[in-house]
Amino acid sequence: MERYTGKKIYEGIAVGRIAWLGKKEQVVERKHTEDTEAEKKRYEDARNEAIAQLRALYEKTKNEIGEADAEIFDVHAMMLEDDGYNDSVNNIIESQQMNAEYAVAVTGDNFAETFASMDDEYFKARSVDVKDISERVIRILSGESEASVDASEPSILVADDLTPSETVQLDKSKILAFVTRKGSSNSHTAILARTMNIPAIINVDVQESWNGKTGILDSDKGIFIVDPDEATSKEYNDRLEAQNQAKKLLLELKGKPNETKSGQKVMLFANVGNLSDIGSAIQYDAGGIGLFRSEFIYLGKDTYPTEEEQFTIYRKAAELMAGKKVIIRTLDIGADKQCDYFELGHEDNPAMGFRAIRICLKRPEVFKTQLRALFRAAAYGNIHIMYPMITSMSEIEQIKKIVAEVKAELKEQGVPYKDAPQGIMIETPAAAVITDRLAKEVDFFSIGTNDLTQYTLAIDRQNAALEDFCDVHHEAVLRLIEMTVENAHKNGIWAGICGELAADTSLTETFLKMGVDELSVAPPSVLKVRKVVRECD
Amino acid sequence: MQTFEYKITDEVGLHARPAGLLVKAAKQYKSDIKIEYNGKSSSAKALMAIMAMGIMKDAVVKVSVDGEDEAEAFEGIKKFMEENL
Repeated sequence: MERYTGKKIYEGIAVGRIAWLGKKEQVVERKHTEDTEAEKKRYEDARNEAIAQLRALYEKTKNEIGEADAEIFDVHAMMLEDDGYNDSVNNIIESQQMNAEYAVAVTGDNFAETFASMDDEYFKARSVDVKDISERVIRILSGESEASVDASEPSILVADDLTPSETVQLDKSKILAFVTRKGSSNSHTAILARTMNIPAIINVDVQESWNGKTGILDSDKGIFIVDPDEATSKEYNDRLEAQNQAKKLLLELKGKPNETKSGQKVMLFANVGNLSDIGSAIQYDAGGIGLFRSEFIYLGKDTYPTEEEQFTIYRKAAELMAGKKVIIRTLDIGADKQCDYFELGHEDNPAMGFRAIRICLKRPEVFKTQLRALFRAAAYGNIHIMYPMITSMSEIEQIKKIVAEVKAELKEQGVPYKDAPQGIMIETPAAAVITDRLAKEVDFFSIGTNDLTQYTLAIDRQNAALEDFCDVHHEAVLRLIEMTVENAHKNGIWAGICGELAADTSLTETFLKMGVDELSVAPPSVLKVRKVVRECD
Repeated sequence: MQTFEYKITDEVGLHARPAGLLVKAAKQYKSDIKIEYNGKSSSAKALMAIMAMGIMKDAVVKVSVDGEDEAEAFEGIKKFMEENL
């Protein structure tokens, strides 16, 4: 029995066979052929199949993870459509009378070498892409299967590193846990593990020789055990059983009120990033949408989304939630979310830069298009509008002026619309401190704890090196939350939390004591928080 | 034949994605479209060849368009580059 340590990415226990995900080096045989036409045809068919696979992978990744991560597959497909590449393959088949596998391998190596020898890191990295597409074609030619994981039974996936492309191709029902050497809590695999509810740890000294052995992941403790002894196996099998029971219990909580033993109620909503997330929100019994991130409508596009495009999406969201609150946050790009066509220019400190409401106020035409779509969609359900990154009273004044113009225009043009409650995100210390005044001007507050923590503690949340300094339960942040809730209630409006802290069940009781009215969390966390709420006094 | 010069402003230069977009744009036209840079030249319709030129940010490339729809292609490619690269 051997014990290894790592860093928790997603909680949980897993017990099972270890499957090592290694990068398989393909051995290509060099064969002479007389029938070069037939070889060329084989190449053409394999190439088309590879392109079809890549297109499918693009769609799958786009839907499951996001367009930005999907684009690489589109580029891979384009590489396979490149004349230079194809001419080279066909030329080798033809002139050297070689088999297609060999021709592809040589072509891939040649192009990869060209890129690898370039000075720029970015271009150097393209050699991996060329190798990747060549290997895909060779795999198809030789009839090999794609997955290099032998996951005939559900397994603990162990790898040096997992790229998003590898992760999306895995059969999710066969993955018990992820254990990798590389990665960070913000990596794509980490995010994926959280969305899929799969226990995961990183920074483990992984070894290929573990393949096929039994492993135990105790993610909460950051321990990975290989070849456990009998006593350890029993201990963890019992705990796993308990964990499964707990999961079942959670599902039994569906339909139950979010009410403490003494009868205090709280609204439990879901954060969503696109329309398909709304499906999960409904499945996990969320009482509404507490944060609808409208950015997905803008990101990964070549130009601004039109009013109709936005209206259709907001209307759909309102209709899907059938009268339940749908709190839509207006455009929040800038900082770590960039859109080329906004031409925002380079900033040294984008987190404190031109982003979110600041862009909207400086570019009212962009803001107005979104507001028109929102007020129009409000006629189809219970839409609430929420403005991000507020720091001052004057911003509220400016927003109100623009909103008044939008409504007047809609009215004048005879376009049907409905008024909608409007609230703001409290995610800057400045806003939190003046909530006594802000509360008189808006209909609700929603506290964005990620940014509020980052700005209050002056800690960049993308910087993994600062994780030790980042006390997410810092008293300063908790006091700002308490103050925000108090000021909301004094002025007769409600206050919720939509940041990551909302799902932190070690704080649920604290939040309830503060009188927080709403918690908005990722869809799978809704029932987990409900359970804790119902256990509070 | 018509030509123009263009300075690349894309942060990472003409790597995979932008080069791919350029190829897509160029393939819409019948004309031969050539990119010249640093003594090398490539068809704007050949992805790998363009990438292999290693065109980085601030590089000035010469684009030449030659063929039956060259007037249209000239305008189209110029506009595409100004908007995307």
